Amino acid sequence: MLTAIAFVPMIGAALVFAVRAPARTTRLIALAFALAELAMAIAMYVLFSASEGGYQFVQRADWVPAAGIQYLVGADGLSAPLILLNGILGLAAVLVSWRIELRVREYFAWILLLQGAVMGVFVSLDLILFFIFWELELIPMFFLISVWGTGRRDYSAMKFLLFTFLGSAFMFAAILALYFSFPAGERTFDMTALIWKDMSALIVPTSFVFGGFLIAFAVKLPIVPLHTWLPDAHTDAPTAVSVMLAGVLLKMGGYGLLRINAGMFPDQLAAAAPLLAALAVVNVLYGAFIVLRQTDLKRLVAYSSVSHMGFVVLGLASAGAGAAQLNGVGLNGAALQLFTHGTITGLLFVVVGLIYDRAHTRHIPDMGGLAGRMPLIAVGFMIAGLASLGLPTTSGFVAEIMVFLGTFPVYGLATALAAFGVVLAAGYILWTAQRALFGPRPERWSALPDATPVDAAAMAALIVPIFVFGVYPAPLTDVFEAGIAPIVRGLGG
Amino acid sequence: MGVTGRDIFLIAPELALAALAAAVVLLDLAPAFRRSERLRQTAAIGGLIVPLAFGAALWSDVHANGAQTGFNGALVVDKFALYVKFVVIAVAGLTLLASGNYARRFRPYQAEFSGLLLFSASGLTLLAAAADLITIYVALELATLPVVAMAAFAKTRAESLEAGVKYLLLSAASSAFLLYGFAFLYGASGTMQVVAAEGGGPTIAQALAQGGDAPFGGFAVMAAAVLAVAGFGFKLSIVPFHMWTPDVYEGAPTPVGAFLATASKAAAFAVVLRVFVEAFGGASADWTGLFAALAAVTMTLGNLVAIAQRNVKRLLGYSAIAHAGYLLIGVAAAGPGDELGASSAPPEALAETAVLFYLAAYAAMTLAAFFAAMTLAERAGGERIEDLAGAGRRFPFPALVLAVALIGLTGIPPTAGFMGKLFLFNAAVNAGLVWLAVVGAVNSAVSAYYYVGVIRTMHLRPAPDSGGAPRPDSNAASDGGAPPSELNESAAPGTPLAVNIALGVTALIVVVLGFWPGGLLDVARAAAESLLR
Repeated sequence: MLTAIAFVPMIGAALVFAVRAPARTTRLIALAFALAELAMAIAMYVLFSASEGGYQFVQRADWVPAAGIQYLVGADGLSAPLILLNGILGLAAVLVSWRIELRVREYFAWILLLQGAVMGVFVSLDLILFFIFWELELIPMFFLISVWGTGRRDYSAMKFLLFTFLGSAFMFAAILALYFSFPAGERTFDMTALIWKDMSALIVPTSFVFGGFLIAFAVKLPIVPLHTWLPDAHTDAPTAVSVMLAGVLLKMGGYGLLRINAGMFPDQLAAAAPLLAALAVVNVLYGAFIVLRQTDLKRLVAYSSVSHMGFVVLGLASAGAGAAQLNGVGLNGAALQLFTHGTITGLLFVVVGLIYDRAHTRHIPDMGGLAGRMPLIAVGFMIAGLASLGLPTTSGFVAEIMVFLGTFPVYGLATALAAFGVVLAAGYILWTAQRALFGPRPERWSALPDATPVDAAAMAALIVPIFVFGVYPAPLTDVFEAGIAPIVRGLGG
Repeated sequence: MGVTGRDIFLIAPELALAALAAAVVLLDLAPAFRRSERLRQTAAIGGLIVPLAFGAALWSDVHANGAQTGFNGALVVDKFALYVKFVVIAVAGLTLLASGNYARRFRPYQAEFSGLLLFSASGLTLLAAAADLITIYVALELATLPVVAMAAFAKTRAESLEAGVKYLLLSAASSAFLLYGFAFLYGASGTMQVVAAEGGGPTIAQALAQGGDAPFGGFAVMAAAVLAVAGFGFKLSIVPFHMWTPDVYEGAPTPVGAFLATASKAAAFAVVLRVFVEAFGGASADWTGLFAALAAVTMTLGNLVAIAQRNVKRLLGYSAIAHAGYLLIGVAAAGPGDELGASSAPPEALAETAVLFYLAAYAAMTLAAFFAAMTLAERAGGERIEDLAGAGRRFPFPALVLAVALIGLTGIPPTAGFMGKLFLFNAAVNAGLVWLAVVGAVNSAVSAYYYVGVIRTMHLRPAPDSGGAPRPDSNAASDGGAPPSELNESAAPGTPLAVNIALGVTALIVVVLGFWPGGLLDVARAAAESLLR
């Protein structure tokens, strides 16, 4: 089942690329695959048993036995929601690309390949397989940004590629060091086995291995100061790619931190916790302050992502600092934040993209009163914005409150400072909404059309999970709980 | 001490290659062959079945009976040698296939061009099987001299002549270093024998061990090792013996660059492994540091300088230097890793396996890159990277192949390049050289900049004369005022089928090895284990 989830989009990509169909047919084929993918993701999620826990839907086969590489996929409580998230965002990404006219076949092929590669990252339980999917995602991203992007797209695409590739170089070395640290018979890339191993005596200091993974994931998440690629990539990418980037690609970083850094190296995590807490606060506040200065709508959302990912790091730090006694509330919050931020920021980018499509500008001072012309889009923006600032009944609230609850007992000051980030978020979201959507409308915006049904569907695909899991988060938190519990046990809770 | 039929059988692939080379040149006298390009091509490539068949027969023989030695210990046929032979013959075949069209500009000497290539291939296959120092030297010269002629084959172009002269002079100088080193080694050990063979006397390793000296304790052995590194370093194009590489790759006819970068390098790495693992085997810990340092310097310099290149062939030259650096990681790891392996049950031969796998993977990627660059240069009218702008639309197939090759060379999965680097870095970490694996991985990231830069130019930049707008595919054939190029003599209307086949086969190997490296890896492992025994 997970094999299908990872490879169906790739088959779709090949099909879309190979069939020389008119643009409309191409879009419909891509849509069909995105829908099928979402259906499979939902089915997997429903079948996933949170009470049972552990790894489910596991498929295992030898791939390169001589080098100990397996084809090993499976889902646990940590990855299952992210697989669902990727399914949702893939659909939104296809829908929001409906107006793409340039090299349509290639475009949708890359989008589907991107989705498949990210799925692969989430389902892989073998480190090498994980790494392969991790790298595979670079190729579609590079082409999507540099062909269909705007502005300094060449620069941004290359910057994205080099940052990620350099980060993963360290991960690669860390993976190999991990593998060879064990005697010949016990060597494995199998993550499910590695989490039970004693990591205290590796061939290199364990903190180096931990650090190698940390660098790779910190680039991706991103953690300041490794974030500089993100605003560029986001700003210059086409809408759908921004959605995927914010929605799931950043989550790969968070997922890796939770699965590998927290899951395999509890001792090192504990040692690094103060540093991570400090970085988290910097992330939250630095990101938020930069947001206040932005006049470009996309850059604004991009920096708000940086700020929000700080909460993930904060939750991780809290777990490392011995808050595991609290049943890993902070860690659960961090995991939940991955999911909710994916839907919320995905929605924000969809809305921003829709505004840009119509107004052909992202310069906030040029806007004003857009709500009157495009009520649906304005509603979408407000929902995303309010969820983003953590309004109760939206899923954003649940995640952030859990992170704070988990962190406060161990890092009171850091929590207080990070909570100030939420205040700033309220400030910049509402201020932006006021400047862009409300107030006097310049004459030239008087003829803008509202969202088409396709656009509305893209927004709806993301709004539904925001509210559903905001009002009733149990289906999400229970699953995450099942995935986090073993990590918490590893941390000594 | 006479030559037996058995000896002839052992050297049959080399003899067949040499005979084929002679036949290709002689058959050119026949009018039928003179007239028909296709017939000559078919004969040359089809003839390769004979050495391949002998190679396969030898493999099954070696598989059943173990390694064989012949000519009184001058020659050893084991799986290691055969593996390298297969790589060399495959490279020769693909190069012939792809160069047929290119070689038309050498009319009426195309047959000689093919013949020289086959002669060089026979030298390279012999090199892989050489069991004593003299044979190594002779095989090296046999492999090198035809390439000198081939490098200068485009004799109306100054760059080509320069490449030929440069290769000749530097090759002679490096041979001198090598001979000097061999002389020291002979002086210290009293024997030429690298591989133990019946009728060959004691091997160098045995003699040195009996001498009581720790192998590097003696000045002579150390001098021999350093001189041998310098001599082989030229062939491997490792820093600081790399200067000739970009010049020759750029100046020589493109198929020659491709052949040099792949077949020549594969055989040279094979002989380095053989000499250092077998002759200097006991002193492995001493040369590990040397090779590790050379590996780090070589790949870093190659990658950094490649960034600044504007010519595709020159870029591939520096990329070849960088990849020599990656391969050296494996040579460096061959030392201590085996010592560890010796203590546990079976020797793992991880490093040797990785080098052998990477040689094949690298050959496929580099051939694909050279062939695609050659095709694009002919059709787009220039070898500078800017000339490739818009090639993705105008010449989709070669541009796609070049993209696949470059992605492979970068080491991005799912390609042969990724798997190859995985195994090499594996070996390094296993040997305790974690820092070297980190340097290698970071270098891969650096190389992404220039490899992907080429892909970007091809696929994302509009063609220079189309004013920024994407041009329709129908414009592909004729562009007004074709830019002048000394290479563009024939201005062929389309890419010939043979070239397309070569492009397709190499690209396919790159991708297939990325998904299913297991088969080749097992073969490489068998070959590597035969080296250690």
